[in-house]
Amino acid sequence: MAKIMAGVGCSHVPAIGVAMDTGITHEEYWRPVFEGFKKSREWMKKQNPDVIFLVYNDHCTAFDARCIPTFALGCGAEFQPADEGWGPRPVPTVKNHQKMASHIAQSLVLHEFDITIMNEMEVDHGLTVPLSVMFGDIKRNDEWPALVIPLCVNVVQYPAPTGNRCYNLGKAIRRAIESYEEDLNVIIFGTGGMSHQLQYKRAGLINSDWDKRFLDLMTMDPVGASQITHLEYLRETGSEGIEMVMWLIMRGALNENVTEVHRHYHVPASNTAVGHIILENNA
Amino acid sequence: MTEKEYDKIPGTIVFDADKSREGYHLNQFCISLRLQKNRDAFNKNEEAYLDAYPMSKEQREAVLKREWNLLLELGGNIYYTSKLAANDGINFQNLAGRMTGMGVDSYREMMLKGGRSIEGNRDKSEWGED
Repeated sequence: MAKIMAGVGCSHVPAIGVAMDTGITHEEYWRPVFEGFKKSREWMKKQNPDVIFLVYNDHCTAFDARCIPTFALGCGAEFQPADEGWGPRPVPTVKNHQKMASHIAQSLVLHEFDITIMNEMEVDHGLTVPLSVMFGDIKRNDEWPALVIPLCVNVVQYPAPTGNRCYNLGKAIRRAIESYEEDLNVIIFGTGGMSHQLQYKRAGLINSDWDKRFLDLMTMDPVGASQITHLEYLRETGSEGIEMVMWLIMRGALNENVTEVHRHYHVPASNTAVGHIILENNA
Repeated sequence: MTEKEYDKIPGTIVFDADKSREGYHLNQFCISLRLQKNRDAFNKNEEAYLDAYPMSKEQREAVLKREWNLLLELGGNIYYTSKLAANDGINFQNLAGRMTGMGVDSYREMMLKGGRSIEGNRDKSEWGED
């Protein structure tokens, strides 16, 4: 049977992708951001996952204002990196485990999570930046070391799904994955955050104390984290900090007791606090 | 209109259903600039290109004048307006420098020093606003 081995929480700041794509990660500004992912890349090699279930948000790329699904699951065979206005990132096409994705879609709906099924979808930096930071430089003509099942969450138009809903969806995703017959190692990613506000006069807001408490809650009290209100996210972590609800989907798919094997926190990457955590399911 | 719970957060526009309705055509215009062929057409003749999007006169003026904060007040969302900025060669951080009124250099300096503190930035009363 398929099994979820671990969860990864990680920011998906577009400028991190640009820094990798333009080869400036060694520069003084970026070095501390990438230092914190050295251990993660070694860990990824050891884990050697077959499939990554990747929770992220689209930034009006696959979904502009015409259509805003709260949860959309990528079920197509593959997903092309999108042109977000400055050319597609020079990274490989993302390949799905299509049969497993269909199984998950079916299981979720039968367990009353009525997700949208996407058979055609381009993917933006929200999905490719976490893959890049965790796998390191993978060039366009190479292949990603794992298959990827994307789950796209609306966090652009208020309201995003509640933290509680996300946490429970994580549990349903786990049930779906672990009822899939093939023996596969799966790692789930929750991406986005941490505190940041990109817009209007309060842009640049960072709340490190809050972010660090959130990382603590991810390890020790996920149920507590699932009860954080939208108002608290908006006020305390900035209008775009609400992306952190996506980490709760990842956390809901893990055991209540987990082992934190790595954590990294750095300010700034562009306008954003970069947060990262690796949680292993206790055997 | 009933006051919303997030209306008290200073310097912040929450992109909710009301904003989304108001800004629909503005945002669809902005996102069209994701593609090079559309950027070329827009850059050739802004007025003519905008004719295809039935936005309000105010929104149209705000686009032409690149009034970044006004665009948000009129229903624009940052992930959309940032495509207009990108067309002009302005990245997210430089756009934030403009929207905050700090200018690019002081904004970047603030971010390097850990960003804008949450202290004094939770409630409009702290900004001397209602």
